[in-house]
Amino acid sequence: MGFDIESYLSEQKNGEVILYYKGNIDSDVINHVLDTVEDKLVSLNEQARLRKKVYNVLVESLQNLYHHVDKVPEDFEDQSAEKFGLLMIKKLDDGYKIITGNFIRKENIEKLEEKIKRINRSSQEEIKELYKFILNHQRITNKGGGGLGLVDIARKTGNKLEYHFKEYNKEHSFFYLNILVNDTEK
Amino acid sequence: MEPFISEPTAKTPSVRFDANAGIFEIKGRSIPENSVEFYKPILDWLEKYKENPLSKTEVNIRLEYFNTSSSKCILDVFKKLEAIHKAKNEVQINWYYEEDDEDMLEAGEDYESIIRVPFKMIEITD
Repeated sequence: MGFDIESYLSEQKNGEVILYYKGNIDSDVINHVLDTVEDKLVSLNEQARLRKKVYNVLVESLQNLYHHVDKVPEDFEDQSAEKFGLLMIKKLDDGYKIITGNFIRKENIEKLEEKIKRINRSSQEEIKELYKFILNHQRITNKGGGGLGLVDIARKTGNKLEYHFKEYNKEHSFFYLNILVNDTEK
Repeated sequence: MEPFISEPTAKTPSVRFDANAGIFEIKGRSIPENSVEFYKPILDWLEKYKENPLSKTEVNIRLEYFNTSSSKCILDVFKKLEAIHKAKNEVQINWYYEEDDEDMLEAGEDYESIIRVPFKMIEITD
């Protein structure tokens, strides 16, 4: 049995898949996914509020992949992708699930996990203050990210960030981020 | 001074900064992967405008979506406007948000709390 990056996805039983993508995450792919999902949300007659939240969270999660993924391991089946990522969007009864996946080098896990844990133990008010603090004090990194993506996702959804690391080999793990976007009043 | 004009694309907003009328507008979506590249010429233009601004500048921000990397660049735009305001020129930022778009209203309020320029929050109803 080899490493199966999709087994985590099949464990997520709830909801109906409206989009699935795995492969290189470049600017054109991001455009295409955004257009597709935007049309889909309109055709499903979603309220503007929820549509905008889903769109915003999708932009941030795709651009997180674009800016932050680590290179694929040398023995991974798909070597063509410079920035390999996985995206699944599911429609639930009360909202949407956006699940992303990407390789991460093991030495980078601690920092990412610490960041997520910090967000998850914060109240909505604290997240808002954290967002403003980072906005005002942190420069855009040379990777192009602002360091605000996850904070913004937590702020807009009002939900905890669900995540999972799955070991791939000695140097790499696969990181899943599982985001619930539902229409709750803040 | 020549106006700064940038036509909208799928990921970048329409930008119209008219130095003669003192009316600046950013409108649409600002979700580029590389926001620094997009905003750099705008900031450079503002740096020049700052040297000799009109006594009154009105800025209309009508964003539908913006990503977090744009949010920092927009803050940089506002910081230039803050400097113009600090030099005793009138500057007004009108922040438009669609009805029910609390996230966009909150984003405007974030800027209002950071930047010392008068803000006006304007709800768009249709």
